[in-house]
Amino acid sequence: MAVITEEPKAGFRLSMLIYDTRYRSITIQIVVLLLVMAGAAWLIDNLLRNLDALGRGVDFSFLSARAGYDINQTLVEYTNDSTHARAWLVGLLNTILVAVLGCIAATVVGVMAGVLRLSNNWVVARLMTAYVEIFRNIPLLLWILIIYAVFTEVLPAPNAFRGEDATSTMSLFGTTAFTNRYTAIPWVLFDNSLGWLNLGFIQISVDLTLVVGAVVGGFLVNRALIARANRIQSETGLRPTTWWQSLLALFAPIIAVFLLLGGHFEVPALRGFNFTGGLQVSNSLVALWLALTLYTGAFVAEIVRAGINAISRGQTEAAFALGLRPNRTMNLVILPQALRVIIPPLISQYLNLTKNSSLAIAVGYMDVRGTLGGITLNQTGRGLEAMLLLMLTYLLISLTISGGMNIYNRSVKLKER
Amino acid sequence: MSQSPAFFVRKDILPQLPPPAGETGPVKWARENLFSSPLNIFLTLLGFAAAFFLIYEFSPWFLHSVWNASSLAECRQIVTATWGEGANGACWAVIKERWPQYLFGFYPSHLYWRPVLAFGLLLVAIAPVLFPALPTKMLWFSLLFPAVGYWLIWGGSVWVPVMAVMGFVVGYLAAKIIQPLAGTIVATIAAVVVPMVWWIVLAGPVADLVHGAVPIGLETVRSREFGGFLLAFTIGVTGIVFSLPLGVMLALGRQSDMFIVNKLSVGFIEFIRGVPLITLLFTASLLLNYFLPPGSDFDIILRVIIMVTLFAAAYIAEVIRGGLAALPKGQYEAADALGLDYWKATRLIIMPQALKISIPGIVSTFIGLFKDTTLVVFVGLLDPLKGITDAVRATTDWKGIYWEPYIFVGAIFFLICFGMSRYSMYLERKLKTDHR
Repeated sequence: MAVITEEPKAGFRLSMLIYDTRYRSITIQIVVLLLVMAGAAWLIDNLLRNLDALGRGVDFSFLSARAGYDINQTLVEYTNDSTHARAWLVGLLNTILVAVLGCIAATVVGVMAGVLRLSNNWVVARLMTAYVEIFRNIPLLLWILIIYAVFTEVLPAPNAFRGEDATSTMSLFGTTAFTNRYTAIPWVLFDNSLGWLNLGFIQISVDLTLVVGAVVGGFLVNRALIARANRIQSETGLRPTTWWQSLLALFAPIIAVFLLLGGHFEVPALRGFNFTGGLQVSNSLVALWLALTLYTGAFVAEIVRAGINAISRGQTEAAFALGLRPNRTMNLVILPQALRVIIPPLISQYLNLTKNSSLAIAVGYMDVRGTLGGITLNQTGRGLEAMLLLMLTYLLISLTISGGMNIYNRSVKLKER
Repeated sequence: MSQSPAFFVRKDILPQLPPPAGETGPVKWARENLFSSPLNIFLTLLGFAAAFFLIYEFSPWFLHSVWNASSLAECRQIVTATWGEGANGACWAVIKERWPQYLFGFYPSHLYWRPVLAFGLLLVAIAPVLFPALPTKMLWFSLLFPAVGYWLIWGGSVWVPVMAVMGFVVGYLAAKIIQPLAGTIVATIAAVVVPMVWWIVLAGPVADLVHGAVPIGLETVRSREFGGFLLAFTIGVTGIVFSLPLGVMLALGRQSDMFIVNKLSVGFIEFIRGVPLITLLFTASLLLNYFLPPGSDFDIILRVIIMVTLFAAAYIAEVIRGGLAALPKGQYEAADALGLDYWKATRLIIMPQALKISIPGIVSTFIGLFKDTTLVVFVGLLDPLKGITDAVRATTDWKGIYWEPYIFVGAIFFLICFGMSRYSMYLERKLKTDHR
């Protein structure tokens, strides 16, 4: 006898919204959404009433008004007649400048310190441990202030380099002068300069473009060479000699560009009371950069150490058993695996460094917080708009960095089926 | 077969020779750890040279310390008089003279006993949390401490913190009364809604009323008078205490299947992590008034604490999310198989393990939070590092003093942060259950 089992009547009762797991999540989400919307409505209502009371609205037109203040270090053309938007751009470029310099230097310092901390040399390992622990456990602001104080209080004034009985001499084989106002470093000059390329809102040096192009081009050609060598090796078992081709590919273009443009280094020299020639880097930038480098370098060192420690000893032994030499073991076996552990936290350190560069406020370096979120905000009184743009700027920088590094991360990630 | 007469059989074992001199003791140690290869010899010499240089350069400065003086000029005179012309010496007298300022900022000096007492009670309150060997009953005091500490530090009527605590009691009572009448769900909702109503509508007037009848209170101290390590500790400890639960909730939200909850959590976390703390602090100090009802005034330290807490919570959420992701799927499935609902599974099975994995990350976030308390100087509060030091340097006596205050404050931060990281290592070792 067949029993017809009817589905129980799917009568919907209100209590099912709470007691039935199929509907409960929808109920919770709707409640949460309502609460959030109510909260947002309350905030926006308050905002509108406050703005009404002040007799002003949200207005971004101040961006096209004359800025009227000077910025001591600019990467693009800027005068106090430029607009606030231009000042924003200048600040943004300054932030990017110190962030990029800091990320590069922190990586170098951090990798060296991390590897040396693992060294079996007792003295070096202890020194590096001390470096890492001291820098990680003391606020970054202190390092910025203390390094800046070293620059401004300990270093000699430019005129101390003057005369027969000068009390100070230039360092690094007479090429660099550390003074209490700026650091004068040698800089490249091009005799046959190709001038500037005007892109409307920004001017780009053709020389710089060529140099960057030569470096990137050489790098790409070198990669193609190595890829070809790998292919030949996997087909025939013999690896063609590539070292001189690589050297040529990496260095020939840049040397050629340098010679073509008639490049030469100009060493700063004392004229009167100040140094001229070369490049004068403001101490606020140097101090901020050094502090960010040393502070972040300590964190990177820990990441590198953890990454190398994470690779089991068996990997090295297996590579040796296969007959790989130590440096090829490092390049082909250890590093690719260690990088997989190292890259994700390294990305967040780069992000941290970029965000920490906003501490430029402590030394008066004009980054994007100093221009848009500092003087522009104070002059125009447009706090709401300026802070909004500032946060969007930082968000955009953060997302760009993490996006770019995630692409790189994907390329070194474990390839699974 | 004749036996050879000159036959010698040793009857007992010879005493062992000592190992070769190069294979034992300090010589072997030095050979292995300092001079194992040409590169190592070079590094060793370089390391010793660096260490020697540092000690040679800075030890006279420390050795010539002056502890008793009333101004920098006097310090320098004492150094010159004692150690001769051209000698350098540290002038720790500035710390000795300005010690109360470094500890309390411009907190009224006759009330110093209050923050000191609060700090002592804080130690009592966190002890049972840090060391489970202590009696569990002490946790009740830990729960009460926020109200006690608030009252001691800021002062004012005792009834304000009492009424704030009453909110929890009211919520508990509401749940107890309603549960038999209308079921668990309504009781839970009541346990949330009733205290909210209490805090927002009733607590203030009732506190005023009771204070009118029974005026017990301490002298009120305004937030602008706070400074030094009192400020750093107030912000740091409050931020740490509140950011952990908030971070857990955000991490759960981000792992949740519910679309809206998930997206809200992701948006919040990514926004906070994408901007520097300074911009959030500026927002708190400059813009928060725009978003509050007209005419409302909001304590500046409270604003800063809220921002620091939100900031740390977003980072902690990411750390805990890592811990949740690292748990094997079997743990979730086992909890389901036991018939545990979401909250029970989370509370009993998932979170204890996820938190254990995340300890190092959580503690380093806490360390970062404590270090970040120095940034409040940029919204006009007197942090020990820059705020107080600038104030000290602004007086004629101590104009031009740089290194001593920085080194002093840095050393204290180092001690606290290093202590926290060591504690996290101890905790990790203690909770370790695997057998590797």
